[in-house]
Amino acid sequence: MIGFLLSIVAVLVLVGIAVVGVWGLDLRILFGVIVPYAALITFFAGMVYKVLDWSRSPVPFRIPTTCGQEKSLPWIKRNKIDNPASGGAVLLRMALEILTFRSLFRNMKLDYRQGPKIRYSSEKFLWLFAIMFHYAFLVVLIRHARFFLEPVPKLLAALEAVDGFLEFNLAAVGIGLPTVQLSGLVLLGGVSLLLLRRIVIPQVRYISLAADWFPLFLITAIGLTGILMRYVVRVDVVSIKELAMGLATFHPVVPQGVSAWFYVHLFLVCVLFAYFPFSKLMHLGGVFLSPTRNLANNSRSVRHVNPWNYPVKTHDYHEYEDDFREKMIGAGIPVERETAAEEPAAPAAEGKKEE
Amino acid sequence: MKIFTILAKHRPAILRRWVDSIVETYPPETAQFLRSKRDQYHNPVGHTILAETENLFQHLLEGLDRAKVTPFLDRIIRVRAIQDFTPSQALYFVFALKYIIREEIGQEIDSEALEQELVDLEASIDMMALMAFEVYMACREKVYELKAKEVQQNAYLLLRRAEILVEKPGPGRQDNDANRRG
Amino acid sequence: MAVKTPSPQVVSQIDHHPPRQKWMDTKPEFKPGSYLYGAQPGNLEGVGLPNPREWSPADDDWKLPADWQGTVREGIAERLTRFRSFKLFMDICVRCGACADKCHFFIGTGDPKNMPVLRAELLRSVYRGEFKTAGKILGKLAGGRKLTEDVIKEWFYYFFQCTECRRCSVFCPYGIDTAEVTIIARELLNLLGCNIDWIAGPVNNCFHNGNHLGLQPHTFKENAEFLLDDIEEYVGVRIEPTFNRKGAEILFVTPSGDIFAEPGIFTFMGYLMLFDHIGLDYTWSTYASEGGNFGFFTSHEMMKRLNAKMYAEAKRLGVKWILGGECGHMWRVVHQYMDTMNGPADFLEKPASPITGTVFNNAAATKMVHITEFTADLIKNDKLKLDPSQNDHLTVTFHDSCNTSRGMGLLEEPRYVINNVCNNFVDMAPQATRENTFCCGSGSGLNAGEYLEMRLRGGLPRANAVHRVHEDKGVNMLACVCAIDRAVLPPLMDYWVPGVGVCGVTELVANALVMEGQGPREYNLRGEENLSYKPPADEEAPAEAGEEGAE
Repeated sequence: MIGFLLSIVAVLVLVGIAVVGVWGLDLRILFGVIVPYAALITFFAGMVYKVLDWSRSPVPFRIPTTCGQEKSLPWIKRNKIDNPASGGAVLLRMALEILTFRSLFRNMKLDYRQGPKIRYSSEKFLWLFAIMFHYAFLVVLIRHARFFLEPVPKLLAALEAVDGFLEFNLAAVGIGLPTVQLSGLVLLGGVSLLLLRRIVIPQVRYISLAADWFPLFLITAIGLTGILMRYVVRVDVVSIKELAMGLATFHPVVPQGVSAWFYVHLFLVCVLFAYFPFSKLMHLGGVFLSPTRNLANNSRSVRHVNPWNYPVKTHDYHEYEDDFREKMIGAGIPVERETAAEEPAAPAAEGKKEE
Repeated sequence: MKIFTILAKHRPAILRRWVDSIVETYPPETAQFLRSKRDQYHNPVGHTILAETENLFQHLLEGLDRAKVTPFLDRIIRVRAIQDFTPSQALYFVFALKYIIREEIGQEIDSEALEQELVDLEASIDMMALMAFEVYMACREKVYELKAKEVQQNAYLLLRRAEILVEKPGPGRQDNDANRRG
Repeated sequence: MAVKTPSPQVVSQIDHHPPRQKWMDTKPEFKPGSYLYGAQPGNLEGVGLPNPREWSPADDDWKLPADWQGTVREGIAERLTRFRSFKLFMDICVRCGACADKCHFFIGTGDPKNMPVLRAELLRSVYRGEFKTAGKILGKLAGGRKLTEDVIKEWFYYFFQCTECRRCSVFCPYGIDTAEVTIIARELLNLLGCNIDWIAGPVNNCFHNGNHLGLQPHTFKENAEFLLDDIEEYVGVRIEPTFNRKGAEILFVTPSGDIFAEPGIFTFMGYLMLFDHIGLDYTWSTYASEGGNFGFFTSHEMMKRLNAKMYAEAKRLGVKWILGGECGHMWRVVHQYMDTMNGPADFLEKPASPITGTVFNNAAATKMVHITEFTADLIKNDKLKLDPSQNDHLTVTFHDSCNTSRGMGLLEEPRYVINNVCNNFVDMAPQATRENTFCCGSGSGLNAGEYLEMRLRGGLPRANAVHRVHEDKGVNMLACVCAIDRAVLPPLMDYWVPGVGVCGVTELVANALVMEGQGPREYNLRGEENLSYKPPADEEAPAEAGEEGAE
């Protein structure tokens, strides 16, 4: 459990750094301008580097995992999505994989013990938690664009309206909170459930590394500080937007009156961005490149070239016939030459043994 | 017997502990998986343990019938006989039942003075243990038989290859023909 | 008397709780029955593989070559630049555990290191510890570890306890394929001479003699003649196939197990009868007499070296295209690797069935057709004279081979064929068939005799699904399209589901074939009494037979 504990400690230390840096040392330019730019540069450069690095390694063979009937005889019904035969079908397969986590969804099983019925096994929850987490993260991320855009686009406003529909319900019962954004809560819920699952299921706990715990705690801390600012400590949103716009327009300013909590939140986000390209979080990029998913299963009908294909030592037919000529003739098997080649038999036999 | 009423009352607890005593012979990661409610195709071992302990317990209450009980024992032991267990590890679960029953209903046995009934019940469990030995041995013998079959088959093929593949001076082909058709 | 509770230790003096350790701290134990014998020096020398020596995995000293760490490090580095799959799969696993319980070896052994994620971590941890800055500095904390001899032993134990079945890859959200990791790990082990003999032997044989069993050309032919005698005896027709014949239209290649081992030989007899029945212009080759490819279980290079014979022989004989028999991993190689490795096969023609005229567009580049694709087309076009009632005493289910299911997608063709030659076919549960199929437990070269107990563990999930249909539906025959299946499913059934036989699909076809000029089919191809045989009741019967013959 050392990885687990150290991950918590690491996140607390990060929070501490931001608190000391801003509250104690007043390093607002460092935490408000320099660190965010550095993190973003690391993020983008790292992402590009990583994807290019992967792409540098070729895909020598066409190895899709086929999960359905292949395209063969025209009257045999094929599974176009799970066994794609063309680029278009591959796109569909990838889209379903990336947008709906289709492979994880396979964990849902039909149970035939008491007639066919669907069972929701524990693995089913993995799909549910993963969907909750990733989509909530996406919405939260998009929502934050309002800090960097002036005026706020209508589409974004609409998204916020949908995200905040709970407001009406809460207002009806007289709870006077700012608009409750569902996505933030779902994000925190999702990350907590994923964390809980990792703790509770022994098999998953067994395989977990510090690299698995750390991002979960980091994102939890980001979510918590975000929610804290929105619902509890009430930060000055106008000056935060001023800072954000400054960053976005490359005219950074550090307005007064921005709560230290904001800097803690921002610092953790920066750490996440900088950490991203060098961690397992790069599955975001990797999922697009996976050769078992993004290739068409058509290697028997379309030639695929391996860029590093090299000649190999084989045992050719003539060597074979030299070894067995007498026996082949004796058994009535046709041969190319009735007698051994002109060269003496001994060196020929030796040549076969040597590489 | 009165003890059966008590056992019936404690049935879920006893069964749960009995299942635990079996699955906990696996590493903890695996034990939890075996307890999971995955369907019988994904968790055949856990499924077997769950179903057959219940059957065995039921038959213990109804009176052990060798012919009926053996298949239930077989299904559990057939798995354990080829897994990474020593014989005592593989069969300990039968004896574990005695100790679980004593722990679960010991107080009631004492308070109602049912020692003799407990002794009789344990004699039944001992019987079950003896049956378990036979099942275990049958499984192991099957494994050896299968091994011998494979070795025999390999040896048979090797023999044929020795006759056919290695060129012998003399009437090799005639030998082969005789060998082939007999 | 107060009832005293004896503690479990008193009862058996055994601690039943396995020690609680992190996985990096546990070592595999090489106990008989749970490991495979090491490659004999002669088998490595024969094909020029490194570090041939006498050794056993049970030895303390594995006699690894000098600077073996450097060899492995270079090996990993080289493969990272060659295989995007490998590089990606080393980086992007999030250890979500979706694959954990999908492996038949995990289900059957209960060994946590058989969880696919952990199997891959065995290699990934070294990748991190030796190649990644964080892993080099932080070690175990960053999930990294150094390359030690114990790591090599662990790799040997667990990467030869993976059948490359790809079932985990179906459930992985990123498609991480443990088979791919295992293939690379075995390549690395082979750099140190740490192959298993059951793979190294067939590789050496195949390279020199044309097939895994080392059958020499005359023996191959004699074995075939032996089986032709059997056909004559049981079916009443004499078939005369050809060997190494130039100018044949089609070259037929199947695993050599089919000409040697039971019950594969009955499938072989099935091929002979089927091709005779339709009058196919084809030939066997003794040079390319192996469809299987244990090179695939050694390294990409060895796979290519062995596979090269097929095209070379097709070219030499001047055939138009190649027909392939029933085999699992052979078809993974043919389907996903062959043309890329040894093509282009521009000296062959796009395969077209000479009987039905059907063009196999799906094989347009590789020019090789699967026997059940070919047979399904024959049946669809009504070119076979079939009497499915000859299989009436059988209730058949079908075992999808891992490779043809998850590395090709051949699912409906065999079912179509079986349904047309048998009257009683039932599928197993969907959790255990098609893309979800469970491995036989002995694939990828693990079908060695010394490994029987482990194979019985690995085959448990498959047997369990058969058990269900055996009890519920009375299934008594398990059909398959794989030579390794035919070799290993019989003992598996014998242990877990006695009363279920094993056969190839083409054997079922041949049993149902009405051969021209055949005698009474009182015996099946196995020489057993045909329980579905109905002797002609009156004079009408011969007349009917005559009518059919005239058609």
